[in-house]
Amino acid sequence: MGEMNHIAILPILVPMMAAIANLILGDQRSSKRIVGLNIAFSIILLASAVLLFVTLAQPGATAAAVYPLGNWPVPFGIVLVADRLAALMVLTTSILALAALIFASARWYRNGTNFFPLFHALTMGLNGAFLTGDLFNLFVFFELLLAASYGLVLHGGGRNRVRSALHYIAINLVASFLFLIGVALIYGTTGTLNMADIARVAPTITGENRGLFEAGAAVLGVAFLIKAGAWPLHFWLPNTYSSAAPPAAALFAVMTKVGFYAILRLWTLVFANEAGEGATFAQNVLLVLGLATVAYGSIGALSCKALDRLASYLILVSAGTLLLAVAFNAPGVTAGALYYLVVATLAAGALFLLKDVIDQILPAEAQILAVSLEIYGDEDEELDEDEEVSPVTPTAATLISWCFAIAALVMAGLPPLSGFLAKFVMISSALAVGDAPTAATWWFTGAIIVSGLFVLVAMVRNGINIFWTSLPDGALRIRPMEMAPIVVLLALCVLMSVAAGPILEFLTDTAAFIHTPGGYVGAVLPPGAAP
Amino acid sequence: MELTLALAIGVLAGSGVYLILRPRTFQVIVGLSLLSYAVNLFILAMGRLRMDAAPILSGANANPADYTDPVPQALVLTAIVIGFAMTALFLVVLLAARGLTGNDHVDGTGN
Repeated sequence: MGEMNHIAILPILVPMMAAIANLILGDQRSSKRIVGLNIAFSIILLASAVLLFVTLAQPGATAAAVYPLGNWPVPFGIVLVADRLAALMVLTTSILALAALIFASARWYRNGTNFFPLFHALTMGLNGAFLTGDLFNLFVFFELLLAASYGLVLHGGGRNRVRSALHYIAINLVASFLFLIGVALIYGTTGTLNMADIARVAPTITGENRGLFEAGAAVLGVAFLIKAGAWPLHFWLPNTYSSAAPPAAALFAVMTKVGFYAILRLWTLVFANEAGEGATFAQNVLLVLGLATVAYGSIGALSCKALDRLASYLILVSAGTLLLAVAFNAPGVTAGALYYLVVATLAAGALFLLKDVIDQILPAEAQILAVSLEIYGDEDEELDEDEEVSPVTPTAATLISWCFAIAALVMAGLPPLSGFLAKFVMISSALAVGDAPTAATWWFTGAIIVSGLFVLVAMVRNGINIFWTSLPDGALRIRPMEMAPIVVLLALCVLMSVAAGPILEFLTDTAAFIHTPGGYVGAVLPPGAAP
Repeated sequence: MELTLALAIGVLAGSGVYLILRPRTFQVIVGLSLLSYAVNLFILAMGRLRMDAAPILSGANANPADYTDPVPQALVLTAIVIGFAMTALFLVVLLAARGLTGNDHVDGTGN
């Protein structure tokens, strides 16, 4: 085991250390040093994620860093597998986590107890879910991130949050039971929990076991679809995300992508083209669900008056688009979908944060905030006098409106920004699959283009309501510490459209790797065990 | 034995699902607990049912065929711990919702 492989466990260890350090130091909400420590931990996490990403992205690098926990031989022990897809997801999570943490450091962490430990635990769960190569370990990391997210949904307290958390927890507990049933069925038919080993054994399952195995995969798929927010299993999502504290909601933007990741990982591994019987298992179901999710999200977006609710529906639209891409099962489409995943996650995270900044400075929204303050009961939210704040100038308002415009362009997929490039890649690759475009291709293309129009209309209407109002005269202020993460997240989206060439080249390689499961299986299992 | 276990899982899961769909939070939490028992039994059953067989190998020359599958037992243990913790957390949120809304309807608006 080379030194390089140890990098694979860092994105899990660093947030764990951060959470433990916070618990040892206690819940000191007035200390500036605690804030500094947490930002430092988050920067270390980002550094290790970048290191992992760069190590795997180098030309000629091994396709997957395999880390057997406790050095138990595969497939008996639990194994961490960091391939390019996992590294990309970990990097996205780490960027979003750092931005949300800095945003929360300005004031949100003081609204409730133990914000930082929960936040780091959520990051740890997310990174673990992306890195693990074991189905039951995936369940454990899912529970870890869910447990932390329950705490974060409740952060700040109040009637609305408790009510939506109640629904959220109940639904996710049921989803966890479905997950367990699916895992048990798959274990019962394959005799293994290692994903690579499942992929190796899957084509050999025939007869009555095949039915049980596919039933297990389907139950597991339902559990993932609940997390991914697919129609009709998404009704918990808009309420939960819009009532959560903004920095928590920003990190939740990546949480629905865990469901997508799990589906993409298992389906390409187990039900890929070369896996024999059941090759196109449930592809049509995924296509229909994806279409329904996109449609529901687009129409829902039009119905929203508040920006945070709109952002929740945009998350549904992106979840649906990603499901459509999985259903297509073509490397080119997957590459475009991964590009879309990164920019849509960053932009949706930025939107949740932006909503909070707008709440603080603009009159119409400030009134809504006053109402929501009554509901949430945040009494101790007055500003500290010694805080670094700048008065709202037209410059600040301009900055905010530019951020909004960039987020709108990315989410709607208009040129010249990365949202457009991502959708263009997906559509052009979908049209290039096979000899002639099928009905599925046209549905796919239509859904992506029409949803873009709906999102644009919804965003423009919201922008008009928010920005075409006169500025308040009072001494409302924005904090640089809250504005900076938003600017950085959106700048990354812009940067990704400038550097689209190399990024897409990398993503095409990534997609090619995940669509040839032999590579993954060969990297994880000892030589000779490959199919 | 298979029939007994299957019936037990079926009854537990059936009553669990029924209770989860009820409007009171207390019924929901009891339903979730029943469903978790059903799932735990189901995981155990997926390791095949064996009578009088130990799960832990002893001795270098032990024949694996004499032993029961230890993996589902380990999985069940993890699932029980996690399910217990989540149920406890849900109970706290349930009490908070009861305190804040003044009733025990899952939407907080019932009578």
